[in-house]
Amino acid sequence: MTAARAQVLTELRDRIATLERSVPRQAGWLPFGVVAIDAVLPGGGLARGALHEIAGGGSGTVDGAAAALFAAGIAARTKGKVVWCLTRPDLFFPALAQVGLDANRVVFVEVDREEDVLASMEEGLSHGGLGAVVGELVRLPMTASRRLQLAAEKSGTLGLVVRRWRRQTEANDFGQPTASTTRWRVSVLPSVALPVPGVGRPQWFLELMRVKSGECAEFTVGACDAQGRIHLSADAADRSHPSRRSGYSA
Amino acid sequence: MVVIARSGARRWVSSADTAAVTAGVRVGMAAAKAQALFCGLMMVDADPVADAKALQRLSLWALKIYSPVVAVDGADGIVLDTEGADHLQGGEAMMISGIANRFRPKGLTARVAIADTWGAAHACARTISRETVIVPAGQTVKAVERLPISRLRLPEKTVSDLRTLGFRTLGELSATPRAPLALRFGPEIGRRLDQMFGRVSEPIDPVRTPDLIVVSRSFAEPIGAAETIDKYVGRLVVELVEKLQERGLGIRRADLLVEKVDGTRQAIRAGTAKPARDIAWLTKLFRDRTEKIEPGFGIEKLSLAAVMAEPLEETQSVSTLVDDTDRDITPLIDIFGNRGHRVYRYAAVASDVPERSVRRIAATAADVLETWTLHWPRPTRLLAHPDPIDVIALLPDQPPVSFTWRGKRRRVKRADGPERVFGEWWKRDSESAAVRDYFTLEDEAGERFWVFRSGDGENLETGSHRWFLHGIFA
Repeated sequence: MTAARAQVLTELRDRIATLERSVPRQAGWLPFGVVAIDAVLPGGGLARGALHEIAGGGSGTVDGAAAALFAAGIAARTKGKVVWCLTRPDLFFPALAQVGLDANRVVFVEVDREEDVLASMEEGLSHGGLGAVVGELVRLPMTASRRLQLAAEKSGTLGLVVRRWRRQTEANDFGQPTASTTRWRVSVLPSVALPVPGVGRPQWFLELMRVKSGECAEFTVGACDAQGRIHLSADAADRSHPSRRSGYSA
Repeated sequence: MVVIARSGARRWVSSADTAAVTAGVRVGMAAAKAQALFCGLMMVDADPVADAKALQRLSLWALKIYSPVVAVDGADGIVLDTEGADHLQGGEAMMISGIANRFRPKGLTARVAIADTWGAAHACARTISRETVIVPAGQTVKAVERLPISRLRLPEKTVSDLRTLGFRTLGELSATPRAPLALRFGPEIGRRLDQMFGRVSEPIDPVRTPDLIVVSRSFAEPIGAAETIDKYVGRLVVELVEKLQERGLGIRRADLLVEKVDGTRQAIRAGTAKPARDIAWLTKLFRDRTEKIEPGFGIEKLSLAAVMAEPLEETQSVSTLVDDTDRDITPLIDIFGNRGHRVYRYAAVASDVPERSVRRIAATAADVLETWTLHWPRPTRLLAHPDPIDVIALLPDQPPVSFTWRGKRRRVKRADGPERVFGEWWKRDSESAAVRDYFTLEDEAGERFWVFRSGDGENLETGSHRWFLHGIFA
């Protein structure tokens, strides 16, 4: 009985998957290497050939530091060149090199207007053969995100959007629906306590706010290491900073 | 030193250097008078034929580097249609200062002006005392109204007659009713004024070298639809690539020249980061920008020229069983570059001063092996200008206890530092004693910042002891 039910469910899932996209996805997935996180993501990792949105929490909505580093960590674990489109060139590359991103792999495209970021990202995503395409955006309308998602699906390139607003109040925009496959929020947490005075390994509060055919989840993780990997914090149960969490969840 | 020109039996000064001008020599003065003014004046006979040849060479050089549409302008200048071509030089300002700089080492002084029309640019370039000037779009009238009437490209006779009538500036002339002027001087004045203010078009007939590789297609019926243009651009690219293949060349710079029914021309220039002969790549570069073409009443002729071509040999691609080679992304970089975006990579510079430790290199540059020596964490975002902050800290080397940044006071929970950065006294004298002490601070909410104190905390010579926030950690 249960076996039959499981089979029916698998068949239904397959049918829905084929209905959702005309071409079957072959790009595969990029696992985080953290069992708890990979388990909640369908396919066991971040889907290649899809668009993923990352935003900061708190003042990270404006500076986008943690979001950019999280994206850099993901890009570092891909193969091939990375195209990074932005309007505000305030990234400090040594920090990105510290999470394992090779400076020779990253081509920056600095543009004057938001729309050009979208156009450049789409160009990069549809070019194919890139490891990842990262864009720093204030607004991501539904239509634009749909175009990016389709371009990513076509070429199998990983698309990452770092959302970064001018003001913290504008970050409500993150509740608007987009066509991206996953949506993350990365907020900074106090670093791991050291036995001596000093700043320990940074920790992030990682919220998976939306994932297609999956469930939301939240994790306390240690920030990217020298290979761009995150890891679950030992004191994951410690949620001493509920105030930093969002007022809404997708 | 002066240059003497000869017209009939009269010998007159056609140009004079600064020393001669200070001695009182003026252009247009009789040669004998100039000699009388200044003893030991060096006189060189003008050679109009050689001048014209040199100007022709100069225009061919400009064609290669700056613009698809270049022509010799009068006896002393060249005119370039830079629309749609300045992005390859980093914008208008960069382009014209670049032109002026190229002439300076040769001991030549160039006057460069950009304006909406040929007439306005001609007048401005010959009047300005600076090296370069850019007349903003739509401000031609304001820019030229004070210029003398001799800049209107009129015959000398007309100019002197107008002077007799009391006209001095272009503003006065353009404000005068046309009919009496036309009755007396013919339609020439009106035509030149209209050309200057852009009321009638003045197409530039571009120079061409005989060895330029050009393919073109004329249309019996003018075309205008975007798809049609795209189709023919595609065919022209195929033809051009065939021609290039015969000669073993690859394109570095190509121009698409659009000739319209009303006699105007539009040019689109595309550049590549390395020699290219790939049909798909080149077609993409032009199709990306065909939307910029304004067909107007229709297009009569499309021509595609390889202005700058470099040898390109076919190379055998290495085939390995493990397919691990990165795809060449030069075509993608070209697309971004031709759209006018800044495309670059970062590379390490051996400097302890954070803002000097990165430099931008060309996206297509060879891989740089040198990397940052990373003993300490670095912030993800670095402020272009460090923000001054108010700090409570124990001198000389304790981290701050609290600080106020952008109106918000934060208590420091954890801190690391100091990391001392010395000024680069071996490069800059002003930094011989300068010191910065960097601290990593974490506030109660867990936000991490990179702040520094200018100075070592003891000696005022090393810095002002003010505190700055320089970066934001993830």
